[in-house]
Amino acid sequence: MTKAFLPLTILAAAMFGYAPIMIANAPFESTMGLVQKIFYFHAPSWFVMFAGAFICGIASFMFLFRGSRAADQYAVAGAEIATIFGLIGMVTGPLWGRKAWGVWWQWDARLTLAMIVWLTFIAYLLLRRYGGPGSNKLAAGVGLFGAANIPFVYLSVNWWRTIHPKTSVVPTLGPGMRGTFWFCVAAFMVLMTLVLAVRVRLERGKAQLDELYLSLED
Amino acid sequence: MVRQREVRRRVGRFVRTLFLVLVLGLVPTGSAEGGIPQPPAPAAQEGFVPVDQLPPDEQLPAAPLLIAAYAVAWLAVFGYLWSVWQRLSRVEREIAEVSRRIEAGARR
Repeated sequence: MTKAFLPLTILAAAMFGYAPIMIANAPFESTMGLVQKIFYFHAPSWFVMFAGAFICGIASFMFLFRGSRAADQYAVAGAEIATIFGLIGMVTGPLWGRKAWGVWWQWDARLTLAMIVWLTFIAYLLLRRYGGPGSNKLAAGVGLFGAANIPFVYLSVNWWRTIHPKTSVVPTLGPGMRGTFWFCVAAFMVLMTLVLAVRVRLERGKAQLDELYLSLED
Repeated sequence: MVRQREVRRRVGRFVRTLFLVLVLGLVPTGSAEGGIPQPPAPAAQEGFVPVDQLPPDEQLPAAPLLIAAYAVAWLAVFGYLWSVWQRLSRVEREIAEVSRRIEAGARR
């Protein structure tokens, strides 16, 4: 990962530098107009949130049932990514909704489930930070449940009547919008890979520091 | 005989009154339903009004919302990257310092 770090950083910077140009040149959606362009950062941020949540869930499973310390480091990194990118989604969504729906928020199935999952990962991080000894296993349980909720969040728009657009929006995007959207998704995924690598390195550093302090005491 | 005539008179009065009540009660309803056409409901009461047809004072500008959304996204990403970078630098500095102390202790 160390070798790939610099090329990935350059790639992410180039993609995020070019994304606003693509978004500005993308066609206007007929009914929503300008505000629809929030979608190009809103949906990819939720994709990254889901990816972070899945990483946290799978790593938590491996930590709980196989005792893998490395998996625990990935779980923390995944939970933090899920929280940060979930925050972007939770803020950009209501900004779009204010114009498109006339309200900032609706307690419908999609929005409520998304908030619950986001709060679950905040709970995971708070547990890790303030839970005391053994809280990593407790947090792993929370991470598992958080990840298990992701399919329900994604499919909620198809299962229940909600105000939020359905999952069929992405496959039916117009040609100018589709390319811009998937470019933004790719940029967010490259960024997520970088952040994950750096965040795992931080956790390894902390573990190494703990071992050094122990050997200093001996 | 006189009594029968009195009863007949009362029944006749009752039937006439009932007939009048029925006629006066039904005529306005019948004419309203069948004759006078009702004006069509205004468009705003029928349902959806396209947002671009709203009066200017009721329209919400999209640009501030769009700018706010992208500003929040960029701030969150850069803020988080800065936070991770700071924490990583601190941990690596501390690792170097503790390693130096361990090496110094081993030399003694």
